[in-house]
Amino acid sequence: MKEAEIRRLLAANLLCALSIVLTAVVPSFFLEGFTVLGTHLTWLCVCSVCVGTLNVILHLVLKPSQSPKRSSFAQKISRFLKCCVYFFMSCILFHAIIVLYGAPLIESVTETFLFAVLLSTFTTLQCLCILGPNIQAWIRVFSKNGAMSVWESSLQITTVCSILGAWFGAFPIPLDWDRPWQVWPISCSLGATFGYMAGLIIAPLWIHWNRKQLTYKSR
Amino acid sequence: MQRWPVVLFLAWVCFLFFAGIGLFMSGFLLTRIELASSSSCSDPLVPPPWEGQSLPPGSCWAPQRFSKAVLVIIDALRFEFARFDPGKASPLPYENKLGVLHHLATSQPRHARLYRFRADPPTATMQRIKGLTTGSLPTFIDVGSNFASYAIQEDNLLAQLVQNGRRVVFMGDDTWEGLFPKKFFRSYFFPSFNVKDLHTVDDGILQHLYPTVDSGEWDMLIAHFLGVDHCGHKHGPDHPEMAKKLTQMNEMLRSLVDHLGNDTLLLVAGDHGMTETGDHGGDSEKEVNAALFVYSRTPLFGSGPPEEPETIPQVNLVPTVALLLGVPIPYSNIGEVMAELFSGDGDTVSAALQQLSVYHINAKQVDRFLHSYSLVAQDLPAEQLQHLQELFSSTVEEHTQLLAEVQGTTLVPPELESRLGSLIGRFQLYLREARAVCTQSWARFHPLRMVGGCILVAASCLLCYIASELATSSNSFYRSCLLYPLLWGLMGAALLGLAHIFTQEGLDLLLVSSWAAAASQIGFFWHWWVQHPKRARLVGSQPPLASSGLRQRLRAWLGLAFPMGILFFRCGAMFSDSFVVAEARVAPFLLASLVMLLVGKLHWDGHLTVPESPKQQLLGFSSYRKDIWYLLCLVAVLLVCVRLSGFFHQCREEIPQCRPSLFLSPLASLRNTRAKNLFYLLCVALLAGLVYAVRSWLRHYGNLNSSDPLVLFVRWGFPLVVLCIACYWAVASSTDDSLGKLQELVQVAVVAFPWAVYGLASVGLLLLLCNPMTVFAKDTRESAGSIVTPYLGVPSSEVDFLHVIPQIYKRMQESQKSRLERGSCRATVAAYGLGSVYSAALVIALTLLGFLLMLLHSERLSFAFLLLFLEAFVLLHIHTCARGLAGDAEPFSVPWYAVISWLLAASQFFYSTGHQPIFPAIHWNAAFVGFHLDHSTNLLPAVLVGANTFASHILFAGSWLPPAPALALCV
Repeated sequence: MKEAEIRRLLAANLLCALSIVLTAVVPSFFLEGFTVLGTHLTWLCVCSVCVGTLNVILHLVLKPSQSPKRSSFAQKISRFLKCCVYFFMSCILFHAIIVLYGAPLIESVTETFLFAVLLSTFTTLQCLCILGPNIQAWIRVFSKNGAMSVWESSLQITTVCSILGAWFGAFPIPLDWDRPWQVWPISCSLGATFGYMAGLIIAPLWIHWNRKQLTYKSR
Repeated sequence: MQRWPVVLFLAWVCFLFFAGIGLFMSGFLLTRIELASSSSCSDPLVPPPWEGQSLPPGSCWAPQRFSKAVLVIIDALRFEFARFDPGKASPLPYENKLGVLHHLATSQPRHARLYRFRADPPTATMQRIKGLTTGSLPTFIDVGSNFASYAIQEDNLLAQLVQNGRRVVFMGDDTWEGLFPKKFFRSYFFPSFNVKDLHTVDDGILQHLYPTVDSGEWDMLIAHFLGVDHCGHKHGPDHPEMAKKLTQMNEMLRSLVDHLGNDTLLLVAGDHGMTETGDHGGDSEKEVNAALFVYSRTPLFGSGPPEEPETIPQVNLVPTVALLLGVPIPYSNIGEVMAELFSGDGDTVSAALQQLSVYHINAKQVDRFLHSYSLVAQDLPAEQLQHLQELFSSTVEEHTQLLAEVQGTTLVPPELESRLGSLIGRFQLYLREARAVCTQSWARFHPLRMVGGCILVAASCLLCYIASELATSSNSFYRSCLLYPLLWGLMGAALLGLAHIFTQEGLDLLLVSSWAAAASQIGFFWHWWVQHPKRARLVGSQPPLASSGLRQRLRAWLGLAFPMGILFFRCGAMFSDSFVVAEARVAPFLLASLVMLLVGKLHWDGHLTVPESPKQQLLGFSSYRKDIWYLLCLVAVLLVCVRLSGFFHQCREEIPQCRPSLFLSPLASLRNTRAKNLFYLLCVALLAGLVYAVRSWLRHYGNLNSSDPLVLFVRWGFPLVVLCIACYWAVASSTDDSLGKLQELVQVAVVAFPWAVYGLASVGLLLLLCNPMTVFAKDTRESAGSIVTPYLGVPSSEVDFLHVIPQIYKRMQESQKSRLERGSCRATVAAYGLGSVYSAALVIALTLLGFLLMLLHSERLSFAFLLLFLEAFVLLHIHTCARGLAGDAEPFSVPWYAVISWLLAASQFFYSTGHQPIFPAIHWNAAFVGFHLDHSTNLLPAVLVGANTFASHILFAGSWLPPAPALALCV
């Protein structure tokens, strides 16, 4: 059971990582002059949309959170709307935090907001997919020994990795190397992306490695 | 804990740090070696340029062209100030003001010319004076001695003039007095240090200038005007005051030209430029671009001026003036003569020959300097010197050949002109390359000393960490950690001293002290290592399972790893110049990260959620505690404070697109009166608000109940201090001439109000030192008085009647109660303000210090101080809150994250009070708060400027440990 679950997780995560790699390559066939660094904002949009859609599709296909009872259509709609509101709020919150961390307040608002959207996609959207719009479950997952399934462990790891990646991404900005990727917010968004991809790959391996210690509480 | 060992230990640690820093500095701030030799008239340097032609009397090295020269130095005369563009429709305040230069240059193109005058960094006045007289480059360390003005030891223009019997008269900036003691035939010095004083120096010079010029008792006259520079510091270049000042300079030059004779050379020079904010000291384009204007009544130039003014390095003035006046070029000069001034009246060939001869003299002098310099120091790379030597000898050889040809023929062959031109080019090439080689290699360091200093400082940090861990656990701490290392250190120093005595070498105090520091550190670590296993055995008498011990230790290390990791990021950033430049943004970023990490960790450990009930556990739900919202609000306020404090930044010249904060300039520089008034009112309101907040905080915790002098001071002295500061700001921010007849009163007020603040604050601090307790104890044992109220005369009103009965009732009740209590031998003592007994004293001290430091800063930086106090308060509350949530019992142990966040906040506010670790960013104005004229000593201005620069560190360091547990108790 557990082995199979881990294998499914690995496949899903590899798919996600692959999709990110594809977003950097494929659009250049359709869009004139598309590069990740040159037309960074476009790439941010494409990447957020692709990763978001893929996550939603994977969630629908794999159903990692087996909801105990079937819900009515109206409930589903309300859940969906709630998810949308949560996602939007998390974008705003991320934007505010990024600005408080020293991003420019007035200039390059679009860049900062799209970066916030990307971060939300990597973190909040995943939480929404796996846990649903249920803050209490989120609080539980992000505390020690709070994960109750393979999927939730993976969620912990990818979220922390993306945020750490974004944080480390800020470090090269002051350096005087004069590289195109040192411009705000390219290094941070690349850092977040690499962090997320690293998290996607590390998570199944780590779970596999520690499968003896990880005894999830059965509900 | 004993008191003296602690003090001694702290002193020892301070010594370790100072030794490390001193060692590093001695390797980092190197000075160029100054040669003591000087040129003299009889040097066999140059053969007479033409055989059979001897120098006229009174000339050395080259024939004298002018017998007199006037050098007018207008401090901070940027090139743009001197330039005149008649086509400009609406000039800025500093543009098109020096019309007389333009008039002379256009009406007499062969008599006058304007140059771009490139100063070498650092662009501080003293370094520039050195450059303008020695013809050499200043070194880093000189900047630090700017206000102590050591006399110039090297050979210089003034020394040469004096040596050759010329009379040098000086008037203006008194920096010259220290640099050239007893060199002047006559001198009129005026105080230069007060940058707020625009007129004293200039008016003083103008009073003496024309009589001196007319009297003719001089050969070289130097006038150093400071008004433009001071106006830049006070108001910035883009201000009507600057227009007034430049117009005054224009008038001065116009009448000076009329007073000059035919044999006099006039030089008008700026020693450096200024930035858009009126500062200088760095190497940005606007700071190094000064102006030079040359004029004489006899024709100087062979041809008209070029379209665009030529750019010449500042050191070029030295050989030019020396040769024009017929004195030897100073020995260490590396400047190049301005040859066009030597062309004379003849045809092109004779002009070129004359230029060649001065180039030859110049090149020979530079070659001699390079040769003797390479004998004493190995700075200059050998292969480059070799190359220069070859270039020099081949050029000189060709020159002699050419001279011989010219001597032989009376008719000059036509191809000679081109040969002359190419030869001049080669001389120029040689001189420029020599200068470039010197410039490059005079910025070199001692890597070994720097590394040694870094290691000493790092080891001291480690020592402090170990000592802080040991102090709580070990009883024999002071014997092992203080006595033995001190003995080791003394022994090391003594050994080194003996070795020096035997080898007969000079004793370098710095080296000895750093070796002593190293020895004592080794002693400390050795004793710690020896004791370590003993302790481990003691603790591990019942050995726990090895694996769990490892895991626990790992966990403890991980807990340390987060704050320490951030500390290491910060330390590592010091080794990258990009991060040093960006430190103003790094510190707040790391602070925000640390605080967020703290919250995240609390969450991860489950301290923020309520303990799960079995039912919730079943559902897998958690919910937050109530006080989490308080914590989150605090974090949000902190982040907002951190972000807002970024608006008070100063800029470094490394980031050209950076604009310094508008709040840094004093209110006096604002031209819009409404904005000025508004800001003034805001600042005063802020001060009043601060006093109100402090007083209400103290009242809330019951610290204002007693009638101690300190409490009285808080009640009445604080508002008085604020009143004085407000009055001082009002007086200081008014423009000079708007007050008219009140001028004298203002002069008094500008001094009196700061002194009132100094006095009040020191009284307050003294009171605090004498009796820091603000606890009010009310003893109920003594309140047992007589039941009967003393007769106070006939009750006059109904109110008194109404009060009598309750009073009697109350007294009876009290006496009954006390009698009952006496029976059980108990009496109550009520104490007010005991919970905040530590913090109240500190809050009072910090408020006083804050007032003092705000007074030293420009008015609008008081907003930054408000943010500082708020952020410190919030940080302490976050700390308390986190401890409460994490359930730590010990209030007197401080975790590392709190220490590091405090440190980061201190360095963040160093930048947010408008400072940068660069010389131009020092707020020199602070030295004149409360002092109108010059200082007699250097100590007082140093204290004031130091207090201004390290304001944030003073406030943060002064408020660390005690208030944290105190606040923890009260909240």
